[in-house]
Amino acid sequence: MLDADFFRRWMTATAASVDREAERLTALDSPIGDADHGSNLQRGFTAVAAELEKEAPRTPGAVLTLAGRQLISTVGGASGPLYGTLLRRTGKALGEASEVSEDQFAQALRAGVDAVMTLGGAAPGDKTMIDALVPAVDALGDGFAASRAAAEEGALATTPLQARKGRASYLGERSIGHQDPGATSSALLIAALAEAHGE
Amino acid sequence: MSDAKASERLVGIVLVSHSAQVAAAVAELAQGLAGGATAVPIAPAGGTEGGELGTSAELIAAAAASVDRGAGVAIITDLGSAVLTVKALLAEGDELPDNSRLVDAPFVEGAVAAVVTAATGADLAAVEAAATEAYTYRKT
Repeated sequence: MLDADFFRRWMTATAASVDREAERLTALDSPIGDADHGSNLQRGFTAVAAELEKEAPRTPGAVLTLAGRQLISTVGGASGPLYGTLLRRTGKALGEASEVSEDQFAQALRAGVDAVMTLGGAAPGDKTMIDALVPAVDALGDGFAASRAAAEEGALATTPLQARKGRASYLGERSIGHQDPGATSSALLIAALAEAHGE
Repeated sequence: MSDAKASERLVGIVLVSHSAQVAAAVAELAQGLAGGATAVPIAPAGGTEGGELGTSAELIAAAAASVDRGAGVAIITDLGSAVLTVKALLAEGDELPDNSRLVDAPFVEGAVAAVVTAATGADLAAVEAAATEAYTYRKT
């Protein structure tokens, strides 16, 4: 079973990972974006970690809802409402339970990913965070390590794609040949999930 | 009596841009072109709280609260994170005043149409329709 402490560890592991990888994320965002993805997410997840320490929410749902709200408030770029919606919807789907099963979490995360697709209008293959998140959710039934591998593979597979959403889509064919920064940070989020689970 | 009072309440307008200067200037432009006869409540929410290019959920929520007169709030945005942030706030349910709406409209033309229409005392649906209709005006 997964408790509030597990979800707090997930968020703090994500904050540490985004902190380590911020320069790489921003570098990926330079040729096809506006070179702020790393610093935006760094600001967002640092705020999430600080808020979780201050508020200490007691249920898995409350941890993720608070984290999502904090991202929407602090990121300042499109990744704020997108990741914020992902975590908040996942948190809401977990309800008030003090512990959730891995199956319940997988279902809730799928609801979160669906909400991101509705908000941003992206589908798999559009060269977005969805290209890492959908394979991650699909693989979650096989465990957290499998989910992490699927997310990383999904992020790498965005390189040959042409962007169809967001600022990178203005570049048309010139977006081909670059790994998508959003899919890359989504893979970090899922890797942190496996890390929080001790894998 | 209360009906007459209700009809005097004007729809509020919020302009969300990645740039504080763009949001403020378009607000000023729209008010100027509306003649300024009736004070339509309008508030810019531009850039981040730190004064950089971007979108601030806090600034949007504060702007919407400041123009809410009980007749609804029309929110007009530029692109990308401005659109997504407003949608995310609307999905939250309690961050924006009741009857706040993201209006699908071109930023400058839509703002002018919305302010001119709101100045007549039109309701939120009419303000939204006028702003959206600005898409259909061709320049060539």
